[in-house]
Amino acid sequence: MAGKKIGVLALQGAFIEHQQAFERCGAECIQVRSAKEIAEVDGLVIPGGESTTIGRLLREYNLGSVVLGRAAQGLPIWGTCAGMILLAKDIADSDQYRLGLMDIRVKRNAYGRQVDSFEGELDIVGLGPARGVFIRAPYVEAVWNEAKILCTYQDRIVMVEQGPYLATAFHPELTDSLDIHQYFLQM
Amino acid sequence: MEEKGTFGVKAGLAQMLKGGVIMDVTTPEQAKIAEEAGACAVMALERVPADIRAAGGIARMADPTIIKQIMEAVTIPVMAKCRIGHFVEAQILESLGIDYIDESEVLTPADDKYHVNKKVFKVPFVCGARNLGEALRRIGEGAAMIRTKGEPGTGNVIEAVRHIRQVNDEIRWVLGLPEDELMSAAKELQAPYELVMEVRKANRMPVVNFAAGGIATPADAALMMQLGCDGIFVGSGVFKSGDPMKRARAIVAATTYYQDAAVLAEVSRDLGEAMVGIDIATIRPEERMQDRGW
Repeated sequence: MAGKKIGVLALQGAFIEHQQAFERCGAECIQVRSAKEIAEVDGLVIPGGESTTIGRLLREYNLGSVVLGRAAQGLPIWGTCAGMILLAKDIADSDQYRLGLMDIRVKRNAYGRQVDSFEGELDIVGLGPARGVFIRAPYVEAVWNEAKILCTYQDRIVMVEQGPYLATAFHPELTDSLDIHQYFLQM
Repeated sequence: MEEKGTFGVKAGLAQMLKGGVIMDVTTPEQAKIAEEAGACAVMALERVPADIRAAGGIARMADPTIIKQIMEAVTIPVMAKCRIGHFVEAQILESLGIDYIDESEVLTPADDKYHVNKKVFKVPFVCGARNLGEALRRIGEGAAMIRTKGEPGTGNVIEAVRHIRQVNDEIRWVLGLPEDELMSAAKELQAPYELVMEVRKANRMPVVNFAAGGIATPADAALMMQLGCDGIFVGSGVFKSGDPMKRARAIVAATTYYQDAAVLAEVSRDLGEAMVGIDIATIRPEERMQDRGW
């Protein structure tokens, strides 16, 4: 949508990469670290990083409740990797902080440690082929209610959409393709 | 086709660590405190740099038992150090499943001429650098992340500041040159020509660049971030201080809100004793860790 202003949650992680990708799409994109900035945006990205670190800062600076307030008004939110973990209702073997907006159960570090991080070819519903960069990545173990699977890789769920929310286990912001950024802009 | 250990996933993990704090820990309990405080990774060590400096003698890779215990204690990435040039220590760390290897001047170098050929490993490496040429030589050897050297274990930020300013100065110089002067610039920097071209293309250091070596306070962390670093390593600064949990949380907040002086003022209050600092001028030249590396 023209004139949409996207915010990338800039508490920790690869937020600049997302910002640059949206700017390459021709969209306005700002880094957000405060309630005031979260109130200004028409879409929010929770980037890759460490989910425990981002979760701790969301709680400590009372930003989690601000995000949930905007979500209740229908704000589109996209989480990549750590962001996907924070969007999940259920995190396997963990009681860490989460926003809990999507009906998915994720498994953290699901493919193993860094030596098991990989790149592979994906096929996404409605978008077609994409390069998937998976870094100490999670995957989705289960979805329920309206959560819709958009991509699996080797029988594991790696991309889910539910209403205004989008979650990817991989990092489109580390590739040259803007397909998924453009897809989110349409949401 | 599925590929592991690509430069993309090596450098990619460093990108995920940006805006975060990597803390030195020596026990599983310290690792849990660091994770709880919001560290984005921990560095598993037998001794923090201040204690290595005090102990003298030869500092080596940590005991695998300690590294394994720390890996089991936390879900965030775990790094560990090998000696400069000690590729067998690196092989051992890779086999342990460590997430990042720091080929570090904090340990006693094992080779007085050559660094580890980091390209042949699946695990990514971070290396220290005092200037752009040193950084690009390490990247040329396969490092996927760079950090300032600073002067480890001193609680004194001046050397880290000197190193990031030097790097920034040299990057600005490279960006300002006409194309026909770049080969000579590479020669002057003692850097691979192709990587000088990468700096031109990226308009910055071609991989993630953290601050390390002497960071002891939230203000130190924010200073390094404002000078352009992508994130912070804290070595002795947390667990050599009076209240590690509180200081760790404060440094994490300062690394996120590095441009917000009101937040910095708030988190800098009542932190208790900082680690005891060392004036660089009182360190004998042969004890300066930053001069290790070639």
